[in-house]
Amino acid sequence: MKINDAFWGVLLMALGAAVLLAVRSYPNLSGQPVGPALFPSLIAYGLCAGGALLVWQGWRDRADGPWLEWEDWVRSPRHTRALVALLGSVVFYILVSDTLGFLITALVMMMTLFRSLHVAWGRSVLWAVVATVVVHFAFYKLLRVPLPWGVLTPLAW
Amino acid sequence: MWTAIGQAFSMVFEPYTLMVMVLASFYGLFVGAVPGLTATMATALLVPVTFFMPPIPAVAAMVTATAMAIFSGDIPGCLLRIPGTPASAAYTDEAFAMTRKGQAEKALGAGLVFSAVGGLFGTVVLIVAAPALADFALNFSSFEYFWLVLLGLTCAVFISTGSPVKGVMMLLLGLLVACVGLGNPAGFPRFTFGTVEMTGGIGMIAMMIGMFAISEIIRYVVDTSPPAELVVEEVGGVLKGQWALAKKYPKQILRGSVLGTAVGALPGAGADIAAWMSYAMSKKFSKEPEKFGTGHVEGIVESGSANNSALAGAWIPALVFGIPGDSITAIVIGVLYMKNMNPGPTLFTTNPQNIYAVFLLFIVANIIMIPLGILCIKVAKRILKVPREILMPMILLFCVVGTFAINNTVFEVGVMLVAGILAYLLEANKFPTAPAILGVVLGGMLEENFITSMIKSNGDLMAFVARPIALGLAILTALVWFAPLLLRMLRKPGSVS
Repeated sequence: MKINDAFWGVLLMALGAAVLLAVRSYPNLSGQPVGPALFPSLIAYGLCAGGALLVWQGWRDRADGPWLEWEDWVRSPRHTRALVALLGSVVFYILVSDTLGFLITALVMMMTLFRSLHVAWGRSVLWAVVATVVVHFAFYKLLRVPLPWGVLTPLAW
Repeated sequence: MWTAIGQAFSMVFEPYTLMVMVLASFYGLFVGAVPGLTATMATALLVPVTFFMPPIPAVAAMVTATAMAIFSGDIPGCLLRIPGTPASAAYTDEAFAMTRKGQAEKALGAGLVFSAVGGLFGTVVLIVAAPALADFALNFSSFEYFWLVLLGLTCAVFISTGSPVKGVMMLLLGLLVACVGLGNPAGFPRFTFGTVEMTGGIGMIAMMIGMFAISEIIRYVVDTSPPAELVVEEVGGVLKGQWALAKKYPKQILRGSVLGTAVGALPGAGADIAAWMSYAMSKKFSKEPEKFGTGHVEGIVESGSANNSALAGAWIPALVFGIPGDSITAIVIGVLYMKNMNPGPTLFTTNPQNIYAVFLLFIVANIIMIPLGILCIKVAKRILKVPREILMPMILLFCVVGTFAINNTVFEVGVMLVAGILAYLLEANKFPTAPAILGVVLGGMLEENFITSMIKSNGDLMAFVARPIALGLAILTALVWFAPLLLRMLRKPGSVS
């Protein structure tokens, strides 16, 4: 997805302004000319200046390309589905891994991804189980990372 | 000194460290050889695992894996015309043209042998330069460090390709991310949105995994180009004829290694830029430049040594000043801090055995690269046939769990996802990522030295240029900022258009 530089410029300027607004309430170090607000405000001024430059460049070069240009994958349902599955599965993990537990969440996540990439059902199941079990063993048993058990807590090993 | 060297030997040649090195070698060779998986990604994915290791094996894993990955990135370049890592992109067409001519062995062999030679050259420079620089840096105060960090960040902006404005913007974004949390001289919570998770700052490792691994997975998923065809079925003896090449191109090897080490040592530029620059240089100074691009080995010899020497070069500023020379050392610095091996000149005086061990690791890694590399070339066909539709989801699961493991919270996983999407979007719009990484890594250091200096001088900005070394660094920084502008002004009167 390619967007005209002017868009990014506006975004960066807005970010700079937001930072300036946020640091207004920061106190100075007692008895010092400086404080926690100084460094971020310098960054913010830079963001505003650079953002303005990008707006100007983007406006100047607006004839060179469309304001918004999509890559080929947007027109391919297969690729968009895979992208949604990819991003969705991470969000899914963040939201439910604690309640469902690692094993179930990871299995669902892997199955979704394999299927979205057109891996056959049998191989999807096989590799989803292998990946889940290997990662669980490596991180939970070997590295002692407390991966959640969730609903499977009574079965925890 | 000798006792320290002895200690270093016993730390490196301990069975556990050696085992880690061998495993990391296979891992690095594999990651490098699979297109779409980069050496930086290999390092980022190693972090959650090295978390649980003592310092020296942890560093060993990273040094070995990256050295191997930069070499094995040549393999798909040569056989499929897809560079395995960006560092091989400069001479991928050349290597593939050689394969077309039936010289795949020679191209791969040159990549392997001169990678090792370049790597060893860079290591020698690291061994000589780092302690000397550290000695010098012991006299530095906050003023010198402030300029040094600023100089490093400046280099990162201007070396990275593309628009300097976008480079500066990425740098500022990185610096802004570094501001989040309590980690500032005042200990004041900034930009935390009232959450507990953000008081500690935005997790650097989660961000790196997002920027280097998740963004690659996104790129793989939306890639609509058709799969590449493997042209060669069998690859034979790769070492044959390499000695003759070494005798024929000694100057090229030396030039590539010197340039590679220097580019590596400059903050923000790593193996990929070193390879591009030295390939161009090789063509420029070659006696037969017309042969470049038609399957001529000269450029591969030179840039193959450049990209591996850059790896070692990047460690010079990383170890001495804590300023990463490339994105790989940016990750490594994070790991060094976690292992209480804080980079800086004092590392050389208080724990010299650790430094010697790092040097030794580089030597060992570059030597075992040859036999393991040959092995990797032998099984290359199989590695290239690993179905990526199965590999990529597994890497994603690994990223998620690895990121979770850092603090045992899913908050970090969220950081990883956001960083990955942002990195993908920004890169698609030609915003370079290297300055952002440097900004995040160095933001704290820059602010601390800035604020400390301001307090010392009571707000007097002239104090920043009152000491001779500080003044020199300040002038150098200003030169890098204004050189492009000056050059353009000088060129303008003469240009026709």
